[in-house]
Amino acid sequence: MKLFNLKNAFSLSVVLVIYAAAGLLINSGFIDSYLFLNIVLIGINIILAVSLNLITGFTGQFSLGHAAFMSIGAYASAVITAKLSLPFWAGVAAAAFFAAVAGLVIGIPTLRLKGDYLAIATLGFGEIIKIIGLNIDYIGGATGLNDIPQYTTWTWLYFSVVATVLLVSNFVRSYNGRACIAIREDEIAAEAMGVNTTYYKVLVFTIGALFAGVAGALYANYFYFIKPDSFGFMKSIDILVIVVFGGMGSISGSIAGAVLLSIISLFLQSIPELRMVVYSVILFLIMVYRPNGLLGKAGFKFFKKRGARNAYSQSR
Amino acid sequence: MPIVKVDKLSKAFGGIRAVSDISMSVEGGEIVGIIGPNGAGKTTFFNLLTGIYSPSSGAITYQLNKEVSSKSFKPHKMAKYGVARTFQNIRLFKNMSIMDNVLIGYHNNLDYGVVPSLFRLPSYYRNESNARAEVLKLLEIFKLSDKENEPASRLPYGEQRKVEIARALAAKPKLLLLDEPAAGMNPRETQELTSLLTWIKDEFKLTIMLIEHDMSLVMGICSKVFVFDYGMLIASGSPYEIQNNSQVIKAYLGGE
Repeated sequence: MKLFNLKNAFSLSVVLVIYAAAGLLINSGFIDSYLFLNIVLIGINIILAVSLNLITGFTGQFSLGHAAFMSIGAYASAVITAKLSLPFWAGVAAAAFFAAVAGLVIGIPTLRLKGDYLAIATLGFGEIIKIIGLNIDYIGGATGLNDIPQYTTWTWLYFSVVATVLLVSNFVRSYNGRACIAIREDEIAAEAMGVNTTYYKVLVFTIGALFAGVAGALYANYFYFIKPDSFGFMKSIDILVIVVFGGMGSISGSIAGAVLLSIISLFLQSIPELRMVVYSVILFLIMVYRPNGLLGKAGFKFFKKRGARNAYSQSR
Repeated sequence: MPIVKVDKLSKAFGGIRAVSDISMSVEGGEIVGIIGPNGAGKTTFFNLLTGIYSPSSGAITYQLNKEVSSKSFKPHKMAKYGVARTFQNIRLFKNMSIMDNVLIGYHNNLDYGVVPSLFRLPSYYRNESNARAEVLKLLEIFKLSDKENEPASRLPYGEQRKVEIARALAAKPKLLLLDEPAAGMNPRETQELTSLLTWIKDEFKLTIMLIEHDMSLVMGICSKVFVFDYGMLIASGSPYEIQNNSQVIKAYLGGE
């Protein structure tokens, strides 16, 4: 009744069936390359949104520098696979590693700051990373880095997304995740109960950065070409919009948000002049009528109840 | 030997001396009360005891799990040292369930690590189910076990106070600091709380320090009462002595 219970077996089979079905459709050509490109974008956005949700939605630390971690991952993987001609797994590992180290190094000084100040500091960090990228000739500077081998396949994409969602949701349902949610809810009380708030903030920043790095690697090794400008402030905002749109502190919300927003902008490509206007109106309406995001409260409650029920059966 | 020793403790905020030159000690196994008019520095004193503020001068020494002085106080380490507290303006985690709130109190007794949390290793299941079973026992004491899944914000005020006490107890403290535990409770609830606190003290082998304005509670269960006024300790002694102390009467009622 523990790891291998009925529910997990069911989830596992659903995961595998989706993988096999979509893989079949891609191989048979039913999903063409244009559609697959959008699937890749959705997958990358899910990883980014879920990892940012861990930082912003669950722990309550407002970060505007998430794209910077993605760029570190993208460049790390690009250098490993294109310049050093090493296999993709080495690129992904390097991407995760360097992004996580960056998260750790940036997190320690900045996470003493609260709210708006933290947002400004992370914003500054994002710009710094961009400027550094623009000025290093080895990685192409402003012209960017091209001829990156296209290693991102359906398998890599799908299992990266599944791993991110699984690990992050496991984390938030452990005592560590509880401590993070407590920090969001009331930092002083959390501290008085023995939660080392600095440790947890830095920890989630590092974990979040790690997954953003993986997303960066997938991005670089799908689109052949990266340049520092692709990971600027606007990209960070895009990720934040997905998180808020889907619901802060809801993983299912982040997934739904990433899928829905990607589909909306896909459809809006037919009216390029009005695209951003309609997109903004949709965001506006969602925020007015569902201030907690798509799955904000509902997702949170669903997730709480299920957790509690599991616990009840565990304590039996 | 006293388990809490406060030596010439002062705390100044700019020109205001919120706590001024307080010396006192508390023996293990007692319930002591701290009373005084509003703004007398009682909560500041608690914040000094729990490391939220660091003293401007003077020191606090605990003899709990080990000897600790206020130089090494950090808010998140107090629970480990054996000190847990509640807050005057209830600080529950409003969107978390009662169960999760109390589990946060249990936080320091869980350390199965980050990797087992990420991958749900067997130690995750073992530790979590132990923790939940212990928390459930605590909730039963406070008659809250049927509400374990309710978000904290949905409880009535009096029950929120109880959850806060349960959360503090989950940290397995030696010293429990209660900041106005009966505030917002009706007389019947206050009476229940009074007997509950005495029972908790014996059951969990605690020392309790409480700030309270409800004199029936203070006089009913405290073996010793400290009276604060303008940041200073103006009197201490048994409830009977305090009730007849002219300085205390003056602080509360005014006078020549």
